[in-house]
Amino acid sequence: MKRIITTTVINQSGVLNRVTGLLMKRQFNIESISVGPTEQAGISKMTFVVNVEDERKLEQLLKQLQKQIDVLKVNDITDKAMVMRELALIKVVSSPAVRSEIYSITEPFRAAVIDMSKNVTTFQVTGEPEKIDALVDLLKPYGIKELTRSGVSAFVRETQKAPAPQQLSIL
Amino acid sequence: MRDAATQTIQKSGADILIESLKEQGVEMIFGYPGGAVLPIYDALYKNPIRHVLARHEQGAIHAAEGYARVSGKAGVVLATSGPGATNLVTGIADAMLDSLPLVVFTGQVATTVIGTDAFQEADIVSITQPITKHNYQVKNVEDLPRIIKEAFYIASTGRPGPVVVDIPKNIATGMSSAQVSEEVRLPGYQPTTNPNYLQIQKAVQVLAEAKRPLILAGAGVLAAKATSELVAFAEKYQIPVTNTLLGLGGIPGDHDLFLGMAGMHGTYTANTAICECDVLMNIGARFDDRLTGNLADFAPNAKVIHIDIDPAEIGKNVPTDIPIVADAQKALIALLEQPITGPDTTQWLQKLTHNKNSYPLQYSTANKQGILPQQAVQLIHRLTGGDAVITTDVGQHQMWTAQYYKFNNPHNWVTSGGLGTMGFGFPAAIGAQLAKPDEKVVAIVGDAGFQMTLQELSLLQELRLPVKVVIMNNQSLGMVRQWQETFYEERYSQSLLHVQPDFVKLAQAYEIDAYKVETLEDAEEVFRKAFESNEPALIDCRVLQLENVYPMVAPGKGLSEMIGVISK
Repeated sequence: MKRIITTTVINQSGVLNRVTGLLMKRQFNIESISVGPTEQAGISKMTFVVNVEDERKLEQLLKQLQKQIDVLKVNDITDKAMVMRELALIKVVSSPAVRSEIYSITEPFRAAVIDMSKNVTTFQVTGEPEKIDALVDLLKPYGIKELTRSGVSAFVRETQKAPAPQQLSIL
Repeated sequence: MRDAATQTIQKSGADILIESLKEQGVEMIFGYPGGAVLPIYDALYKNPIRHVLARHEQGAIHAAEGYARVSGKAGVVLATSGPGATNLVTGIADAMLDSLPLVVFTGQVATTVIGTDAFQEADIVSITQPITKHNYQVKNVEDLPRIIKEAFYIASTGRPGPVVVDIPKNIATGMSSAQVSEEVRLPGYQPTTNPNYLQIQKAVQVLAEAKRPLILAGAGVLAAKATSELVAFAEKYQIPVTNTLLGLGGIPGDHDLFLGMAGMHGTYTANTAICECDVLMNIGARFDDRLTGNLADFAPNAKVIHIDIDPAEIGKNVPTDIPIVADAQKALIALLEQPITGPDTTQWLQKLTHNKNSYPLQYSTANKQGILPQQAVQLIHRLTGGDAVITTDVGQHQMWTAQYYKFNNPHNWVTSGGLGTMGFGFPAAIGAQLAKPDEKVVAIVGDAGFQMTLQELSLLQELRLPVKVVIMNNQSLGMVRQWQETFYEERYSQSLLHVQPDFVKLAQAYEIDAYKVETLEDAEEVFRKAFESNEPALIDCRVLQLENVYPMVAPGKGLSEMIGVISK
C-alpha cells in the first residue's frame, strides 16, 4: 500500500543519506522523495511516498525513522486531510499544426507554458501526482521529449474533517 | 581592559579531545596510530589516559567490546583514517548487533582534501552509517566538545550502541577556546525509560490469569543491570525463565526456575516451553531468528508481552499483545510493585522439571577416543566454579560453552551473538581482563577463529595479563563442517584445516606458556595448573573432529522440530 510520510529533520549534511540509507537497509521501496527547508531555521522537512506491504511493515518503518538521532518527528499523513503537490516540467513536440490542440489539452490542467521553440513547448504543471499522470498520458501521443517531476511535497490541512485515525505508534 | 576572547586559552582539537575523554571518566583507549591521528597520539603522549596498543585495529575494537561488556562502560577506540578506520568495520557492526556501547574515534584526512581521494582517505562516515547508532564528522574544532559529549551520551543511554566520531587532521590541530562542558541537547533523541503504567497493569492482568507463563530474558536485562529484579520477579510468581544466547547470566545457571538457553541450540525444555506457554514475557530480547526458528511455529498459543527500551524492536519480528517500552530494570520494578494474585504455575513447573530431568543436555562418549569438546567446557566450568569471565568466537565451541558453562554472574559472558564474528573471542578476553584485572578470564576459541586475530598474542605478551586461551582444536571450521555433514551430504567444501601452525610453538614465539592436551586426564592437570597461574597461557586442546552440537533446530524449522534430542 502506498503511504505518504513526512519527517521533520535537523538540517545537517548527510541527513538525507542517513534516512534513505535506512530505508534501503530495511528494504523499503521509495517511490518519491522531496526535501527542503521549513519555516524554522536549521529544520528541514522530507516527504516520502513509500510502498509498504502491510501495517506491521509500516509501523516498523515509522519506528526506524523515529529512531534516527537527527529525526525530530515522523508522521504518516496518508489518511488525513492534507494538501499534496508535485511539480512536473514536460517538453512536448508541438509543431504549429498541433499547437492549439495541445493547448486545449493542457488548459484544463492549468499547465503554464514556460518555454517555447519552433517545434517544442515546455509546460509546467503542479498538482497531485494523479493529475500529472493524466496530463502526461494525454500528451504522450504528441511525443514527450523530456519529463521531470519533483516528487511529492505534502502536509496536513489546518482543519481535519473527522478525528484522525489512531496512530500506530505505541509511544 | 583586555578583550575577553584573548583571555581564554586556546587549545588544539587533540587536547580538547583528551580533556573531554577525561571528563567522561575514560580510563583507557584501545587503538592503533597512523598519519591522520598523529596529533591525537601526540596529545596522548603527555597524558595519563592509558592507551592499549593492539596489533590490528580489529583486535583493538574487539578488546574494547570485551571491556564494554564486562565493565558496563563505553569502550573507547582510536584508529587512523582509511585502512585504520575500515579495519574497525567488523567490530562496529558486531557492537551494533549486540548493543554494546562504543565510542570510536577515527582520523580523517584534512577537510581541505576530503573528497579528493587523498592518501588514506575513506568515507568512513558513509561506510559506518548503517552499522552505527549514530555517527559524526567534526567539521569545526568548536563543535568537538559538544560532539564528544553527545557521542558518549548516545552510545551509553537507551539501547546502547556504537558511535563513530570522524576527526579530520586539521581539526585535531586546529585551535579553539571552546569549553569542554556543555549540556547535551538532542531533541530527536529521548529514549523512553519509564514504563507506561497502563501497559504494566495489562501485563499484570495477563500474567495473573496465565497457566503456563514463561519469561524470555535477553541481553537487555544485563545492560539494564536488572538481574536481581529478574530473579526476584521470577521467584515471587514462580515463573520459569529461559535466556537468549546473549542473555545468559541474567539468572544463575543452576537456578531451579532456569530452563537453559532457548533457540537453535537451546535445550529441549526451553524450546518446548516456548511452544507450549500461554504467556511469553520477553524482557530485553529482540526475537532474533536464531532464537525463534520458523516464526509460524514460535509461541503459537501465547499472549506476548515485550519489554524493550527500543520501540522499533517491538513487533519487528513477533506480533506483540502488550508492548512496554522501558528500561528492563524500571519495568521489572514497576511490575514487582503491582499486587498480583496468581498465576498458579505448579502443574506447569512440574511438567518442565520432568522435561529437564528427562531431556537434559547430554552427549555420548561411547566408542569415542580423546577429549569431547563438551567435556572440556565442563572441565573449565568445574575448575573455575562458574565464576570466570568467558569469551568466545562464533561456532561450535561457542554453542558448547553456552550449553555447558553454567554462568553464575551477570557480566561474565562475552560472545559475538548477532554478527557471529570469528576472531572476536581472544581480543575480547584481553579487554575483559583489563576491565576486571582480578577475575579469571578464559577465552574459549576455535582453531579457525583464533587464526583470524592471533596477532594479539603480542599484546598479551606485552601486558602479561593472566588471560587463558583455550583453543577447542578440531582442525576444522566446526560449525561449517557440521552443516555440511547435515545439510550438504558430507561434502566438506573448504571446512577442514589440514594445515595448521604448531600453536604451542607459536605461543612460545610470543613468550607465552603453552600446552597441548589430547586426553581428559592431561587436560585436567594442565587446565588446573594454568588457571592457578597469574601468567597468560595458551592451551591447544585437541578435541574430536566429528563431534556435533546437539540438540538443534535446523534452519527454517520451528522450535518444536528439534533434532538430536535424547531422553535420559
